[in-house]
Amino acid sequence: MFQVRIHGRGGQGVVTAAELLSVAAFMEGKYAQAFPSFGSERMGAPVVSYCRLDDKEIRLREPIQEPDALIIQDTTLLHSVDVFQGLKAGGYILINSTRTFDELGIAEFVAKFPPHHVCAVGATELAMTHVKRPVPNAALLGGFAAISGQLQMQSVARAILEKFPGPIGEANVAAAQAAFAFAVANAV
Amino acid sequence: MLHQIEGSEAVAKAVALCRPEVVCAYPITPQTHIVEGVGALVKSGKLTNCEFINVESEFAALSVAIGSSAAGARTYTATASQGLLFMAEAVYNAAGLGLPIVMTIGNRAIGAPINIWNDHSDSMSMRDAGWIQLYAETNQEAVDLHIQAFRLAEELSCPVMVCMDGFILTHAYERMDLPTQEDVDAFLPPFEPVQVLDPANPYSIGAMVGPDTFTEVRYLAHDKQLQALKLIPEIGAVFKGVFGRESGGLIHEYKTAGAETIIVALGSVNGTIKEVVDVMRGDNAAIGSVSICSFRPFPLDELRAALIHAKRVVVIEKCLAPGLGGVLASNVRMALRGATLPVYTVIAGLGGRAILMSSLQRVFTAAGEDKLLDLQFLDINQESVDHELERAGKTRQSGPTAESILRQQAKRKGVGQ
Repeated sequence: MFQVRIHGRGGQGVVTAAELLSVAAFMEGKYAQAFPSFGSERMGAPVVSYCRLDDKEIRLREPIQEPDALIIQDTTLLHSVDVFQGLKAGGYILINSTRTFDELGIAEFVAKFPPHHVCAVGATELAMTHVKRPVPNAALLGGFAAISGQLQMQSVARAILEKFPGPIGEANVAAAQAAFAFAVANAV
Repeated sequence: MLHQIEGSEAVAKAVALCRPEVVCAYPITPQTHIVEGVGALVKSGKLTNCEFINVESEFAALSVAIGSSAAGARTYTATASQGLLFMAEAVYNAAGLGLPIVMTIGNRAIGAPINIWNDHSDSMSMRDAGWIQLYAETNQEAVDLHIQAFRLAEELSCPVMVCMDGFILTHAYERMDLPTQEDVDAFLPPFEPVQVLDPANPYSIGAMVGPDTFTEVRYLAHDKQLQALKLIPEIGAVFKGVFGRESGGLIHEYKTAGAETIIVALGSVNGTIKEVVDVMRGDNAAIGSVSICSFRPFPLDELRAALIHAKRVVVIEKCLAPGLGGVLASNVRMALRGATLPVYTVIAGLGGRAILMSSLQRVFTAAGEDKLLDLQFLDINQESVDHELERAGKTRQSGPTAESILRQQAKRKGVGQ
């Protein structure tokens, strides 16, 4: 089983990101279970969602305690929420940021992870370029596909287009492809 | 056909496949978006011959459902939490009148204190209202149970609640096999009511019944539940014949052969329990589990047969009966009357507290060594409880409990006051 935890803020599409991840995995014939952590939904509040991927039926219902991968949609959470809690040694970290790990204050921490497992990608900027809205979730899924190798970029694109048919979906796919290409080239 | 969809959406589609003629709902919190999904299917024309009625409250939702069902329409509604309590009087009436309404409960806690998260307090409060209560272990089972529920309700002329864990199931995206319309039509015949309000053939439903006949009418309600005990497995077998998978039935046993410790629970927590059973079986622990699908009627004989050879039973339950302990555990003890094996009650998951594999394994291991109390609360913060008892004991005007516990928690986290 491969477990992903997504951190962000209300309005950034954190729950949709987990859903899309599960749909992309489903399209590849995998079992997938996506669910949000539930709170009082409001714009800007810290939000967590989860996605499990497996080759067999997923029975486990606990919130993900030891993720294999983290997607952090908002760096302002880095110092208010323990986003790295339980992350497995050898896991993957994808952060939505154009800043360096030094600037984010986590260079020492991410250095402990294997090569190409950690990446910061400016997903909000990519979303602004392609979608004209600061919603980083779809772009980050492209980055996730690149660093984790758990999903094909093509499946991520299909999942996005199924959820958002038409120009909005296509723009999100473009953002995801740009993030994929960036992560392939820049993951450390 | 397989889909990767949300539990609520899947149930909305399953309900639509059952061709309901009236769906009424009060569409705000604590409603799930199941009725929203059904409403969308009606509006888009995908679900025809169905009237979707937005009503002014949950009380009205079930009251309208009673009227439409009595008029011979296949009727569905859904609610949860405080919404179910608000319709309580109508809940008893629907059962007392023998109207085959199907209602989803997206299980949630009941306030006060205010809490929107999952547990079983809501449906448990209506356990003896005369409805059949089925609990879904997975979203697939939730889909399948709704299809079975209409057939069960209409064959017996008795209302059925399908209970599925709020958020944990209703908001989870998973792989589900949604049946075809042809298969559902083959399984579920058109509604043929045993009583119908018809101006062409007028009679009354809902007579006043005095002391000389009330017991008999109530006994017949009990007898209907006993008939359901036979019918539920039969319908499950027919379902398997049409759809090719096991769903529903009275109980599901998991690795109970040779088990010395058997865990009993309702609903989605059984998935996590099975994972713990597998881990502990790997360590040579003689452990298994039983998931109860039909809580009303309660399958006393089947449960007794499943549990009687164990050395102990641990009941995990998401509902607290203050002053007693566990509702489910009390029912399980009834199934084991006369036997000497201990039945431990573990209250877990109240108000949405996560039920972790590690916590369950700790409790099951302690049970295996018979080191459990009769009643315990999974992962309770005893320090917090003791602190509050001490604080409240010091002064008469100790103030509200919930607010005090929240202040304590904020202090521990180093924020707030």
